[in-house]
Amino acid sequence: MKSLTMFSQTSVRLAGIALVAGALALATAMPAEAAGKADKPTSYEWTFSGPFGTFDRGQLQRGYQVYKEVCAACHAMSKIAFRNLSQPGGPGFSEDQVKALAAEFEIEDGPDENGETFFRTAVASDRFPSPFPNQQAARAAMGGAYPPDLSVMAKARKNGPNYLKSLLTGYLDEPPEGFELGDGMYYNKYFPGHQIAMAPPLYDEGIEYTDGTAMTADQYAKDVTAFMMWAAEPALEQRKQMGLQVMIFMLIFAALLYLSKQRLWRNIEH
Amino acid sequence: MAGQSSYTYKNPVIRWFDSRLPMVSLVREQLVDFPTPKNLNYFWTLGGIAAIFLVLQIVTGIVLAMHYTPHVDHAFESVEKIMRDVNYGWLLRYLHQNGASFFFIAVFIHMFRGLYYGSYKAPREVLWMLGVVILLLMMATAFMGYVLPWGQMSFWGATVITNLFSALPFVGPTIVEWLWGGFSVDNPTLNRFFALHYLLPFVILGVVVLHIWALHVPGNNNPTGVEVKSSKDTVPFHPYYTVKDLFAIVVFMAVYFAFVFYMPNALGHPDNYIPADPLVTPAHIVPEWYFLPFYAILRAVPDKLGGVLLMFASIFVLFLLPWLDTSKVKSAKYRPLAKQFFWIFFLVCLGLGYLGAAPAEGGYVIAARILTFWYFAHFLIILPVLGLIEKPRPLPASISESVLKVTQGGGVPAGMPAPAESPEKRG
Repeated sequence: MKSLTMFSQTSVRLAGIALVAGALALATAMPAEAAGKADKPTSYEWTFSGPFGTFDRGQLQRGYQVYKEVCAACHAMSKIAFRNLSQPGGPGFSEDQVKALAAEFEIEDGPDENGETFFRTAVASDRFPSPFPNQQAARAAMGGAYPPDLSVMAKARKNGPNYLKSLLTGYLDEPPEGFELGDGMYYNKYFPGHQIAMAPPLYDEGIEYTDGTAMTADQYAKDVTAFMMWAAEPALEQRKQMGLQVMIFMLIFAALLYLSKQRLWRNIEH
Repeated sequence: MAGQSSYTYKNPVIRWFDSRLPMVSLVREQLVDFPTPKNLNYFWTLGGIAAIFLVLQIVTGIVLAMHYTPHVDHAFESVEKIMRDVNYGWLLRYLHQNGASFFFIAVFIHMFRGLYYGSYKAPREVLWMLGVVILLLMMATAFMGYVLPWGQMSFWGATVITNLFSALPFVGPTIVEWLWGGFSVDNPTLNRFFALHYLLPFVILGVVVLHIWALHVPGNNNPTGVEVKSSKDTVPFHPYYTVKDLFAIVVFMAVYFAFVFYMPNALGHPDNYIPADPLVTPAHIVPEWYFLPFYAILRAVPDKLGGVLLMFASIFVLFLLPWLDTSKVKSAKYRPLAKQFFWIFFLVCLGLGYLGAAPAEGGYVIAARILTFWYFAHFLIILPVLGLIEKPRPLPASISESVLKVTQGGGVPAGMPAPAESPEKRG
């Protein structure tokens, strides 16, 4: 009986390991997905990554400029208000600057006392106006494609910032040989299926920077991606700062508790 | 459960109150003086940690509910409003969202501890079964909570899971329409899920009270699985375990806070930041990570009804566990074979979790079928048979004896491997 137990003990262990390892090996050996898989996004350096990361104010201000002059033509960012632009942890515009930035836009409001809608100059508390009144209007104007709202885009894609930056600069002038590109579509290395309806949006010298930053498509892409990350996560800096305080507190508290526990239990065999 | 208190309180007000409603005595007997085995390791702290998370989820959830709008046109928007315009709304939401995950982590470790040390065996069968009820309620609550932000995964997850009931013969389609409150997942579905998501945590709280009651009748199991024989085996719960548990709680919370403050979305799916769109199906519909092993079992079966039944059976088999395990010995520490099968079972569960996230095709499905078979075989074949053929190691006469042997190091019987391979940690 004893030798039987010993034998089954070893064989059980081997059988178990083989079973699980075999099953997992079988699973990982399979092709992950069908063809047409997008390239893995490049990893970039971001000022906001890591436990002490913060946004670069200048970069966010430039990113807002790129968004306003290029993206906003088709993409809404309906959850962001102009007032957010002067909030702590954001692009760091002054309140007067924000008023001026808002005043560049006319928005539809209403109804007034006659029941009519009317246009007025935007104020700091208004959300960014959307380029289209609804999804149908957007599709009608864009040849069937719907430019998604960018408010939380940096969190709505896997590996968000790296993916967005890669996508914005990942166009090829000519698709690889043998690739059938649909009508009005563009080839992008990082877009799932490689066919994207958005035309390459950024070109060198396309936007006039006034702070001496390089005016390249690459830089524009980086700046507007940082801006989208801030838009998706406006409390990022506050969150990481609070996190540091919390972690330090928890560490000290845990150490004190551990010492108390050791002292309390020192005379108990356990 | 509280008998006549033998303690006389000096404070006349407390004495007056306690003789009419012995609440102070109840706390003193059940939470302060309660005799607790002195050899509990850190795996015994997870129950308390889970309770803390239930309270945390209820508190953050109530405040979130004050700002949330359960309507298909406003739900996504209102969650973003919480994240942006409510004071510390981002903190509340990330605490709640990650709190669900860490609640499940605590409960899963708690359950694996119960499996390893045989905590489900007599006289704790009811305690164990109440725990399984809590798990079921948690799963229902978490599932409905995930629907509330009304993102793509919310919508499609709800569609897939509610559709499972359509597999039931005859009544299936009627039940699904009844769940939906219409002919698809829509506003009525969101409304009722919100109402139930608010209700169920309080039901869980009630069952947790029963769970603790059922615990305090026989008292704690312990790493030896040998019942308490005398007062030499125990220490009062306070201060010994209040302080030890609090230390474990703080360490566990530190990990939780690392997620909340530094990677709040790591456990979620990016697609849930896309507003729900009934016309666009995501490439892969995956549930939250804590459902993945069950999702893998569901998809392992080619037949829809079979998959649904097997998925529910994977939980319900736990109700039968106290009677499926035929061994008289509780702790796997003294069961050489059961110990190894426990770790195989643990790996099988992890494997199923991995496969639940993989696409349901080719080798993944075959692997899921093998592991699903093993999952059920563990309960239905291995545990019943093991108790009959396994020769357990000699049990210590009492908890205090086992403690002395380990401390002196000389008392381990020849041929018995060092106890280092057990997951036990001594505090």
